[in-house]
Amino acid sequence: MATVDQPKTATPRPEGYEAPPSVLEGDHTYATVTDKISGIVLTRKTPLSWFLIFGVGFSLMMVFFGAVGYLLLKGTGIWGINVPVAWGFAIINFVWWIGIGHAGTLISAILLLMRQEWRTSINRFAEAMTLFAVACAGMFPILHMGRPWLFYWLLPYPNVMSLWPQFRSPLVWDVFAVSTYGTVSLLFWFVGLVPDFGTMRDKAQNGTARVIYGMLSLGWRGSASHWHRYETAYLLLAGLATPLVVSVHTVVSFDFAVSVIPGWHTTVFPPYFVAGAIYSGFAMVLTLVIPIRAIYGLEDMITRRHLNNMAKVMLATGLIVAYGYMIEMFMSWYGANNFEQYMSRNRMAGPYAPIFWSLILCNVLTPQLLWFKRFRNNVVVLFLIAIVVNIGMWLERYVIVITSLHRDYLPSSWGMYHGTIWDYATYAGTIGLFLALMFLFIRVLPMISIFEVRSLVKTNRRPSHTE
Amino acid sequence: MTSDKKQLDLTAIRERLRAQTGRDYWRSLEELADTEEFRELVHREFPRQASEWTDEVGRRGFLKLMSASLALAGLGACTTQPLEKIIPYVRPPEQLVPGKPLFFATAMTLGGNAIGLLAESHMGRPTKIEGNPSHPASLGATDAYSQASVLSLYDPDRAQAVTERGRIRSWTSLQVALAAEIDTLKTRRGRGLRILTETVGSPTLRFQLQELLRALPQAKWYEYEPVNWDNRREGTRLAFGRPMSFHYRLDQARVVLSLGSDFFCSRPESVRYARDFTARRRARENPSDMNRLYVVESVPSPTGTIADHRLPLRPSELGRFAQALAARIAGGQPGDGETPGEHSKWLDALARDLSANRGQSLVIPGEFESPEVQRAAHQINSALGNIGKTIEYTPEPDGGRTSQSDGLRELAGEMGDGQADVLIILGANPVYAAPADLKFAERIMKPRLRVHLSPYLDETSRLCHWHVPETHFLEQWSDAEAFDGTVTIVQPLITPLYESRSAHEIVSLLQGRYRSGYDSVRDYWRSQQPGADFEKFWKTALNDGVVPGTGSAAPMAATSAVAPGAQRPQQGRTDTQGDRGEATGGPERRQTGAASPPGSTTQPRPGQRAAAPLVALQSPAQKKSDLEVGSTARPGGASLELIFRPDPSVYDGRFSNNGWLQELPKPLTKLTWDNAALLSPRTAERLGVRSEDVVELRYHGAAVQAPVWVAPGHADECVTVHLGYGREYGGKLATGAGFNAYRLRRSDTPWGGPGLEVRKTGERHRLATTQAHWSIEGRNIVRTGTVEEYQKNPHFVHEKEHGFGPELSLYPEYEYEGNAWGMAIDLNACLGCNACVVACQAENNVPVVGKDQVIKQREMHWLRIDTYHEGNLDNPKTVHQPMLCQQCEKAPCEVVCPVAATVHSSEGLNDMIYNRCVGTRYCSNNCPYKVRRFNFLQFSDKETPSLKVMYNPDVTVRDRGVMEKCTYCVQRINAARIEAKKEDRPIRDGEVVTACQAACPTHAIVFGNINDPNSQVAKLKKLSLNYSVLGELNTQPRTTYLAALRNPNPELGTE
Amino acid sequence: MERADFKPAIYGLMAEFDTPDTLIQAVRKVRAEGYTRIDAYTPFPVEGLAEEVGFHSNLLPILVLGAGIVGALGGFGLQYWVSKIDYPLNVGGRPLNSWPSFIPVTFELTILFAALTAVLGMIALNGLPMPYHPVFNVPRFAMASQDRFFLCVESTDEKFDREKTLTFLQGLHAKAVTEVDY
Repeated sequence: MATVDQPKTATPRPEGYEAPPSVLEGDHTYATVTDKISGIVLTRKTPLSWFLIFGVGFSLMMVFFGAVGYLLLKGTGIWGINVPVAWGFAIINFVWWIGIGHAGTLISAILLLMRQEWRTSINRFAEAMTLFAVACAGMFPILHMGRPWLFYWLLPYPNVMSLWPQFRSPLVWDVFAVSTYGTVSLLFWFVGLVPDFGTMRDKAQNGTARVIYGMLSLGWRGSASHWHRYETAYLLLAGLATPLVVSVHTVVSFDFAVSVIPGWHTTVFPPYFVAGAIYSGFAMVLTLVIPIRAIYGLEDMITRRHLNNMAKVMLATGLIVAYGYMIEMFMSWYGANNFEQYMSRNRMAGPYAPIFWSLILCNVLTPQLLWFKRFRNNVVVLFLIAIVVNIGMWLERYVIVITSLHRDYLPSSWGMYHGTIWDYATYAGTIGLFLALMFLFIRVLPMISIFEVRSLVKTNRRPSHTE
Repeated sequence: MTSDKKQLDLTAIRERLRAQTGRDYWRSLEELADTEEFRELVHREFPRQASEWTDEVGRRGFLKLMSASLALAGLGACTTQPLEKIIPYVRPPEQLVPGKPLFFATAMTLGGNAIGLLAESHMGRPTKIEGNPSHPASLGATDAYSQASVLSLYDPDRAQAVTERGRIRSWTSLQVALAAEIDTLKTRRGRGLRILTETVGSPTLRFQLQELLRALPQAKWYEYEPVNWDNRREGTRLAFGRPMSFHYRLDQARVVLSLGSDFFCSRPESVRYARDFTARRRARENPSDMNRLYVVESVPSPTGTIADHRLPLRPSELGRFAQALAARIAGGQPGDGETPGEHSKWLDALARDLSANRGQSLVIPGEFESPEVQRAAHQINSALGNIGKTIEYTPEPDGGRTSQSDGLRELAGEMGDGQADVLIILGANPVYAAPADLKFAERIMKPRLRVHLSPYLDETSRLCHWHVPETHFLEQWSDAEAFDGTVTIVQPLITPLYESRSAHEIVSLLQGRYRSGYDSVRDYWRSQQPGADFEKFWKTALNDGVVPGTGSAAPMAATSAVAPGAQRPQQGRTDTQGDRGEATGGPERRQTGAASPPGSTTQPRPGQRAAAPLVALQSPAQKKSDLEVGSTARPGGASLELIFRPDPSVYDGRFSNNGWLQELPKPLTKLTWDNAALLSPRTAERLGVRSEDVVELRYHGAAVQAPVWVAPGHADECVTVHLGYGREYGGKLATGAGFNAYRLRRSDTPWGGPGLEVRKTGERHRLATTQAHWSIEGRNIVRTGTVEEYQKNPHFVHEKEHGFGPELSLYPEYEYEGNAWGMAIDLNACLGCNACVVACQAENNVPVVGKDQVIKQREMHWLRIDTYHEGNLDNPKTVHQPMLCQQCEKAPCEVVCPVAATVHSSEGLNDMIYNRCVGTRYCSNNCPYKVRRFNFLQFSDKETPSLKVMYNPDVTVRDRGVMEKCTYCVQRINAARIEAKKEDRPIRDGEVVTACQAACPTHAIVFGNINDPNSQVAKLKKLSLNYSVLGELNTQPRTTYLAALRNPNPELGTE
Repeated sequence: MERADFKPAIYGLMAEFDTPDTLIQAVRKVRAEGYTRIDAYTPFPVEGLAEEVGFHSNLLPILVLGAGIVGALGGFGLQYWVSKIDYPLNVGGRPLNSWPSFIPVTFELTILFAALTAVLGMIALNGLPMPYHPVFNVPRFAMASQDRFFLCVESTDEKFDREKTLTFLQGLHAKAVTEVDY
């Protein structure tokens, strides 16, 4: 929106900006944009593929509930964890999901501040993804506790024993970081939706839909002063969310960096965790956007330009992550600390070496294809690379958590870790939960910000705005 | 470990080890061969442990069975003390016994020898065992067996009612049945009556049995225990012409040679030996006085690990070695028994070192080595003038007694040809434990009436008409004799939980006049104390746990022939011995070797070369057979030597239903819930087997299948199997675990011999070890040195340190006023005997998790013993390191706990608040020592009534989802604090004794207030040998270690 | 005026335009004419429109700043009070006031407070939620959330005169001018 009055030549460009293809192709008017996006929810009949994917997600979600039920019944012993490896899939998945979440906030907040108009047609979608990813992530720290029903002891609330959380613990930082992150993402998402709720309200034929959208729209009527405050608030939110998104994964990385375990106790963690988060986040956005774009024929709104830019961001963050790995290895050698040195050796040549090397393959080597335009523009290749990166990021967390723990200081207590079927079930379960929520969202809410795309129409029509 | 992995490349390992420089520790072969793990990973990456909830026999069985059991029935009785008057152990000087509740002196018998104990009684419930400081075999310490005995008492698998052919009967019905029998027996002077007992360590029982035999002269009484001391007796008989019992004075010895003896663990008095030995082991005060230990052994043992020089030899070689050494000591020139060049360097050095320390040296023959080795040892000792100084002999009370193996063979024969009509078995379990060649299971069916007294419904009970539950020693009146003749009155702490009886009572029944154990014991001792004020005597005896006037049998010169029975503490013993002579038709008859085993090579006939006090070197015949033995077992030959040993955890099988012992990591192998066929890396290489391969062991026709465990330091070309596993009946935990080595055992060669064939089956069997087998990676965790190094530079321990001190800490120092608890552990004194581990488990209600969970590395021991090997694969040096919560002042675990469930106390304890713990396990991750334990599942059993009774009421029983760890026995600290407050004084040094410290035979663990400069622990921490593990992390542990010092013979060097 | 009695009072007059620019032109003219109580409705934010309509004060940023400060102080204060005053514990030998460890939570609370204020403040200042508003009585107004642009002169404006204003608005190339009933 703010881009309206910006001459294109004057806007600061993201690296690798190219003029065409435009961010909104085809000859769209305000009306066509509105109809197309709202139509997906209101008028068009739901495509079969929606039912397929949602069905898969839903059944996996049931698996999740089963796994959690058994977990609460028996205890964390049903998982593969042990001493020394007391953290397993739960923490790996937690970090993985949280990381994925970051793309949404990045797209909606940081790109907004950088006035990247190509964000507009994917931010709604990315924010939703953030929300659901955080929802999945948030469950793991609770489930992995020995006595989950006491999770509220991590919150500061007055009690007769006047017992409080132990604020030096990174886990408490997590509680605050993740809950703040969840809340802010929700607000951001909702605020963005309000004007579109108004549109839906006005376009809905079905009475109940009218009422529901009407309520959600808070009676939005697009008054000039409202828009003005709205934009101020939105900008402020963006300004707040930007440091937040950086802080969240920094805090997550503290879970490891603050400890004394070789392979965890590393100062490079915060930056490369954040980079990794954005990396995986964009990978996930691509993984979702590419099929959905095809299903709903949104190629004109989510154009090759979007995919291209996201690919570039992946490439950049991927390189940062690779740098992170490098520095980690370098420091463990340069630090001349034999525990650290052994840790690196063990990662590369120990029992978990295959995982380490496949991580390198997925996260460092594969993305190098993105240097080439023809791969960036090839939707299929892009989709595959995105999937590979998602896997790679999961493996990264596996390597960090497991290989550091399974051989730490005293060789007498070294051990091995293997996920059990319940570990895998819980993981797959959250993926199901995520898919189910995602596709419900697509079904009932405008997955692209209608009013923001309208402003794109405007710019298309009139490249530069004059008084 | 999956079967398609490639064979361990041991040569490669050797190469690597040769390549390594400096003191580099490794733990296992799999790890040393790195390539192994790559392959392994692929298989491991899939959820193999998904079977968690299906295969949990260990833990689940443990819980289920207990709750299912009728334990409730007995419980009414639990809180009522016996009717008879028992005397509490008067509050002792505080340096000795910790704790608030009452302590009663009693004793536990194993292999016929007693160890004096104090049983802690909470509200009339025995909950914990401590050593009795005034008992010579204990001196306040204990072994693992006695620590675990409490669990055996409350074991719900115990037989709970008198049964006839499996149907429950009343006690009176048995009385009636037996009464009838006795009448008929009386008429034929007891002909056909056979009584089989274990080695009887109770003077009263022995007296009762002899009375019985006097009444029924035709009856016969046999003693048999699968782990018996026949060879010991036989050795002395060979050496002195008459069986002697003997014990060592290790505190007098400067140079000790063990010829295959694990004398720190193998005997009930081992606790005492360990104490005496380590007394001279501590080099700090005057290093020059430090003793030196040579160990020549076939099976790696705790004793071997503390040796300065260790030589692995298979039994046949060991025999020749002993002869050769004896020859050198005697004649000075190389003996003719020796194949020239073999170990000559060793022999020379040894001979010189021993001769240089005449009267101060000691040669200890292995309990289970051949009588010839025993004889050689006695000869050397006498040649070195050690007799009366470092080793003391006393004649056997009844020298005529035949060896237990011969006795059992005789009994088996009598059963076979129907001479045995009525068979009474008291305690023993021969059907399970008798050598296979005696076919006991078939022959036992012959006698018309069979009565079995035993704690469990075991293999033997199944084949007997009547089964009577046997009382646990904590439930019964009895008495027990220690290695030096000291007698302890065994007093019950609790009335029998079930309908059980003691041997005294059964025997009295056979005598036709039922008397309670109490009466029998009292009557016997009254007869021993003519004139004296008996009540006073009785009170003192019960109170002290030592019968006044017994024990410390006067030593005798071995050469001077002394009439058997002379100089015994009680004349009662001598005449009983005489009685027995008559009753059993006279020992002389046996001595003439009537019952000589066919084809025995290792057991020459009793009475052969009976006379001469010190028999000259072995006869040519004997030598020849030795050489044969050697040749048959040369490397490359198909046949190996087989070695039997009692299991370090379940002994001969009597403890196999004891969860604590089953889960107790065996010294060196760290195996739990299983026994295995141990063999050396080289032999494994030759046979192409790896650990956990299942092989078939074929020995003289018999065969069993056993998983292999490659044991570094094991002698080549021989295989060790441990007895006591593969039970079929006798408890939920006992049955199914391990394989039954008795199937291979032969009565003529009870401890094995040549002729073993090993065949690979291709199957695999998962073994549960508590220590994943890894290398130390040149880390500075355990520190060892030699006396020379120490004398040259007392601070050598700290040289390799690359850390910095607390002065560089970012954090302010906390002031700990008053007490600041700390611990010092002397690696030089730690034998890895496991007593502390069980003691901790008993004191702190540490749950048993079962084999499946151990495989998943979820064992709960708060205190574990890390064992590190150093150097050469075939004969490594070994150090044990007890590892428990280090109580760091800058504890990494505390900082990361989100709910402050683990915080520091004002006295510097790293407290664990179970109620507050939510189970994030972050503390465990962040613990560099990995000493925290997590209840991944509901491990502790809160249902089974009998276990509820057993738990230590001072310690919380932890629930699922809670972290736990060593607390420095905070409950004991608080008990002491209360006492001190009451008397308005500070807590004295030594007033707080942790469970592990109390149990430790060698005082390796010292606990106390480090703020008090005069406290023992503070003094130790001042020593230059003192260091903290991972000190460079600056966690500032309150637990520190004293480096281990070795005293190698310069001639042999440190290898 | 008497004639007015016959007609029910109205909220105002609404003119419809089909581009933002025509709307802005119209607004300028209306303002020039001296109308003050007017409002413009658009399907997306139009740059500068608010100013043209005569909207200036915006205290949202100040509110957010205040909330941020409160969050920061409150956050650190809580941790300090808990760890140093209310229940001091020796945790791993760390100082009671381990302020570096308290920073993350302080930061998160700052953000949380500020963000909540930004959104709730915006909603409140806009007088939302407002389920009923007279402008919705104009059937065409549904297009305001899609592709039409509206200008409403409210009857409370003292210059407001039903006919005059009507004709005046029609003079602004409005596609249509309608009365907005209460």
